[in-house]
Amino acid sequence: MAIIVFLIFVVFVIGLSLYLGNKTKTSSGYYAAGGKIHWGINGIAFAGDYLSAASFLGICGLIATAGYDGFLYSIGYLAGWIVALFVVAEPLKRLGKFTFTDAVDANYNSKGIKLAAAISTLVVSICYLIPQMVGAGVLVEPLLGIPQSWGVVMVGAIVIVIVATAGMASTTYVQFLKGSLLIIFSTVLVGAVLIRGLSTQPDQGGQVAFYQYTHLAATKTGDKLSVSEPGWSVFEQKDIKGGLSFVRLGHDGTETWWYVSDTNGATGAITLKETQSVVVKADGKWINGAPASATNQLRLVGNLEKISGDSAAKTGSLSIFEFLAALTDKDTSVQTWKTAALTDSAGEKVTVYYPKVVAGDQIMRPGLKFKVEGTLLERLDFLSLMLALFLGTAALPHILIRYYTVPSPASARKSTIVAIAAIGFFYILSLFMGLGAMVNGSINPADSNMAAPLLARTFGELLFAIISAIAFATVLGTVSGLIVAGSGAVAHDLFDRYLKIKMTDHQKVTAGKITAFIIGGIAIFLGILFQGVNVTFLVGLAFAVAASANLPAIVMLLFWKKTTAKGIAASITVGILSSLLLIAFSPDLYTLYGLNPLDAPVPLSNPGIISIPLSFITLIVVSLLTPKAKAGTEAKAQIAG
Amino acid sequence: MLHEPATPAGKDPAGPYKIRLGIRMFILYALFYASFVAINLLSPSTMASIVVAGLNLATVYGFTLIIVALVEALLYDWFCRKKEAFYIQAEKSEGKDKA
Repeated sequence: MAIIVFLIFVVFVIGLSLYLGNKTKTSSGYYAAGGKIHWGINGIAFAGDYLSAASFLGICGLIATAGYDGFLYSIGYLAGWIVALFVVAEPLKRLGKFTFTDAVDANYNSKGIKLAAAISTLVVSICYLIPQMVGAGVLVEPLLGIPQSWGVVMVGAIVIVIVATAGMASTTYVQFLKGSLLIIFSTVLVGAVLIRGLSTQPDQGGQVAFYQYTHLAATKTGDKLSVSEPGWSVFEQKDIKGGLSFVRLGHDGTETWWYVSDTNGATGAITLKETQSVVVKADGKWINGAPASATNQLRLVGNLEKISGDSAAKTGSLSIFEFLAALTDKDTSVQTWKTAALTDSAGEKVTVYYPKVVAGDQIMRPGLKFKVEGTLLERLDFLSLMLALFLGTAALPHILIRYYTVPSPASARKSTIVAIAAIGFFYILSLFMGLGAMVNGSINPADSNMAAPLLARTFGELLFAIISAIAFATVLGTVSGLIVAGSGAVAHDLFDRYLKIKMTDHQKVTAGKITAFIIGGIAIFLGILFQGVNVTFLVGLAFAVAASANLPAIVMLLFWKKTTAKGIAASITVGILSSLLLIAFSPDLYTLYGLNPLDAPVPLSNPGIISIPLSFITLIVVSLLTPKAKAGTEAKAQIAG
Repeated sequence: MLHEPATPAGKDPAGPYKIRLGIRMFILYALFYASFVAINLLSPSTMASIVVAGLNLATVYGFTLIIVALVEALLYDWFCRKKEAFYIQAEKSEGKDKA
């Protein structure tokens, strides 16, 4: 079923691209769809472009595992559109032609701006491409039963066809289609979640019997731990950083890992909680004490332990308010799952997924992921993220180029409003989808990105097939937009405008298509390289780079008369370099490298709070040192009409 | 203009008004958003307070931020269209007078 729906969608999208490709002969048609798209279609296409794998897969996955903290991304992403509407939309439409570089360079004709802005567009687009491709791989594996890397290759190939055939025209209609379907079927999914209601023993719509994880009583005498229940042997105990402790137990010939949960120092009484584990042995992966196979995979997790104090409750249908209120109740508790890595006594790498019960009132407020009550640095990190989300949207090149596909500045404004309505509605739905996955046993403990499609699977194969195909379309739509932006940066900004290579209009289109092919190849490579990382986290970083590199240039160009070409070029360069360096040496990236995050020289994971002001200051200082021209004045006159 | 737009935009006498209005509405929303972030940072436990119908401040404020964004956007469009219509009307009247 899923494969059929998926194939129908792919064939339709490629057919549409080929049809539109026959009509795309000019560079205006290729890069800006001729500037003839209706604002209503463009608005939904904005939503289709913006609601990427990060929004659909990543945010839902993050809400499913970290509760309200995941929803903070939804709030920040949506708030960013206010900057786009009130500050950027109409002025940018008046200034630009095809790309972000056109807009910032409109009144300067500076080689420095062209080079810096084109590189910035490429860097931001590639940073944004990585999570999309990771999302594609995650999605295709359960959908088509092929390895993640093949999924990444397949998405890359389809997107290259879409972009290389008709550029922005086909990209726009794919994004419109995907944006519409995403909102419609997310609404259906949320409706299904509310109708089902809440249960302390979710059984995935009767498809999979609820699995009750076991607790064992144990005692510790000196260094010796023993399980009270007969038949259990203790092989080893591992204490790891963070005060966590796990024991390897044997029972009926099967060895499993257990989490040492509660320890009573006075009596020596201990509670051991059953976990799930993946052990990498010489003969392959072992899952939960047996070799991995088609039938022995990690169990999906996530359930309510109590609903308003009742440990055996089933609510039936709920309204949106009742659903949220039940989860917010301090007497409601959710069984969440954490991950720990250790090496056993045989030197084998073990990943343990262990349960942790969290009260509802903690789930529904910030704090599970972002340490808002932590140290000053942890709070600054949160502030930095929220700043980057707010300022990043209006600086994303693949979003900005959509302003050139409509006929007038007023259409740019109207399409932004349609986008805000569609995206805002989707983000409200994202909270229900994420929480639905959290309590319906639809989280893969090893990869939270599939929470929304797996939630859909609990309502049957048809909804799973449709939601998965839409999620796949989500990736296609966004990746297409990113590749158009990247190809514009290389073929239009660098070849045509910076290097001034003489090309006919037809040759410009061909150059764009060849560039799209190369960027698609890079995206495939990076998608395979970054497998397994939460896609929302990666997009958050792309926002920080965009906000640091591009936003100061756009804002100051529009609103500060003394802005000079050198100031803009320097600001973009400093914004890119500072944000990338801060990310590269951050604790989160050290974790990705397999290093100790405490050794990271930069204490913040989100660079925006340093790199955005730095970029603004650079622009101001360099502009004051290189006074010139009435360029800023000209720009202001231009945007004012 | 050194690099012409994809589609030429005519003169927009309402431009300065729209820029002023946009900046004011942006500041208004930015303050509302900043208050949300500030409460999270300075008094996170306040976010857990139940505000209405069993929902806490975190949920209500989050939804309100999304809804206010749309309301402000619609108001902005309404004011912009009104101003644009005013100038179009004024231009027509001017044309008639000249005729």
